[in-house]
Amino acid sequence: MLAWDNNTKILAAAIGGILMVATIVGASLSLVATGPGARRTVDNLNARTRAWWVMVILFALALAAGKGGVVVLFALCSFQALREMITLAPSRRADHHTLFWAFFVIVPLHYYLLYIDWYGMFAIFIPVYCFLFLAIRSTLTGDSARYLERTAKIQWGVMICVYCISYAPALLMHKVKGFDASWILLVFLVAIVQLSDVFQYCWGKMLGRRKIAPKLSPNKTWEGFVGGVLTVTAVGAAFSPITPFSWWKGALLAFAIAIMGFFGGLVMSAIKRDAGVKDYGHLIEGHGGVMDRLDSLAFAAPVFFHVVRWYWPT
Amino acid sequence: MIPWFIRAVTGARARWSGIEPLDANGALPQRIYFANHTSNLDAPVIWAALPRLLRKRTRAVAARDYWEGGPVRRFLASRVFNAVLIERKKVTVSNNPMIAMEKVLDDGDSLIIFPEGARFTSDEGEMAEFKPGLWHLARKRPQAQLVPVHLENLNRIMPKGNLLIVPVLASVTFGPPVTFNAAEPRGAFLARARQAVAALEDRGMGGEPASAPSAPVAATADSTPEVS
Repeated sequence: MLAWDNNTKILAAAIGGILMVATIVGASLSLVATGPGARRTVDNLNARTRAWWVMVILFALALAAGKGGVVVLFALCSFQALREMITLAPSRRADHHTLFWAFFVIVPLHYYLLYIDWYGMFAIFIPVYCFLFLAIRSTLTGDSARYLERTAKIQWGVMICVYCISYAPALLMHKVKGFDASWILLVFLVAIVQLSDVFQYCWGKMLGRRKIAPKLSPNKTWEGFVGGVLTVTAVGAAFSPITPFSWWKGALLAFAIAIMGFFGGLVMSAIKRDAGVKDYGHLIEGHGGVMDRLDSLAFAAPVFFHVVRWYWPT
Repeated sequence: MIPWFIRAVTGARARWSGIEPLDANGALPQRIYFANHTSNLDAPVIWAALPRLLRKRTRAVAARDYWEGGPVRRFLASRVFNAVLIERKKVTVSNNPMIAMEKVLDDGDSLIIFPEGARFTSDEGEMAEFKPGLWHLARKRPQAQLVPVHLENLNRIMPKGNLLIVPVLASVTFGPPVTFNAAEPRGAFLARARQAVAALEDRGMGGEPASAPSAPVAATADSTPEVS
């Protein structure tokens, strides 16, 4: 799927360049940082950059391996994100078999549907069949204590961690007319959504004053939000020449991705605050869990997929 | 390899809260780790969560009838965890579990024990009363540190009577050692030890809210030493 053509070289140079700059800036900052607060911020920044290198290399390897590689990578991400989310949910012993189905049947089957390009079933498998099945399975044990809360949290976990996240690799199913390299749509989505998080973080650290939602997500500021969204809107326009999008449509799509990603982060933060935790997990150094990294993608991917599918048909 | 595998499957991370893995002078401490018991995975998970140095010198006390119930379990218990297998039924003078445990301590190794004696897996996550074995060990081998360990979510990964694994993330929290005082009544010591395990519960990890019945136990544990 991934050929070593001009587009690939441009992307590799751009993404490698950004990471290189981040690594150099981080190394310089750690030389000048004084005081424990600044120290902690810089150490966390460098940990995040190191983790970014790992994530970018894994993603590139998956792309190089082809559709199977991408499907396996995202299936593993969904699996881990679901672990993190179910850990926070108040499941009871009666849910044990329901959860077993969610982890070991629903996740692989859903990604298999994606792999074999069965779009019609992919789109309804979780929202229709799994939604109803999970509710039914949890009644079979006869435990009604907090039934709706328990079942709803499992359904939510499957929707966010599996269904919504899988819309990113689902872009590989969508062959825009006259444009073969679907993988570039996937890179566009992932790059914009992650850069949006990064730039919102950077602008927030530099200029952030007014908090947007201090109770839900204390690090989100209006300055960071506006700066981050505008920056990636420009990145979207700059990215557009190697996509099927014109420059202003690329900018608009990037804008939509950034807005959805912002709300994804806000929603997933609300769940964390309710459960009284800071992060979903510890798997990614400096970032927290997989869900902490993919919260914005989970909300941006389905919208991006369906907008592209509607305006850029096969 | 096997410790890594156990940690990957259970997601278990060791948290050392108010205690360091090694003593301040870097010496290898001798300890009795005592934990709440909710799953057959408990002993392997604590063992796997320990740093390698400690793991090599730590043996879990486990039920012979379960861990000799099949070739895989027998292999794990004898070759991997180096478990101290004890009888739960038909205890006689010659196979008294206390003697086996004291021998491990005399050899300089550490122990992992579950003072509740059996797995209690109510959805409310409440611990049973501690059996007196811990008190006997503490009295007879006062050199060993008594380290409370709280296990969370393992009953959600593999509940009692279930072989299917659901991969939620477990946690293992080690707490500051409990002191032993020969003047303290046995019941008060056991209640205090039980409270030390319960106090390590991290309510943020998604367990049920701390159950109300543990509060009176805390009160007894705090007040009894003053009476005695």
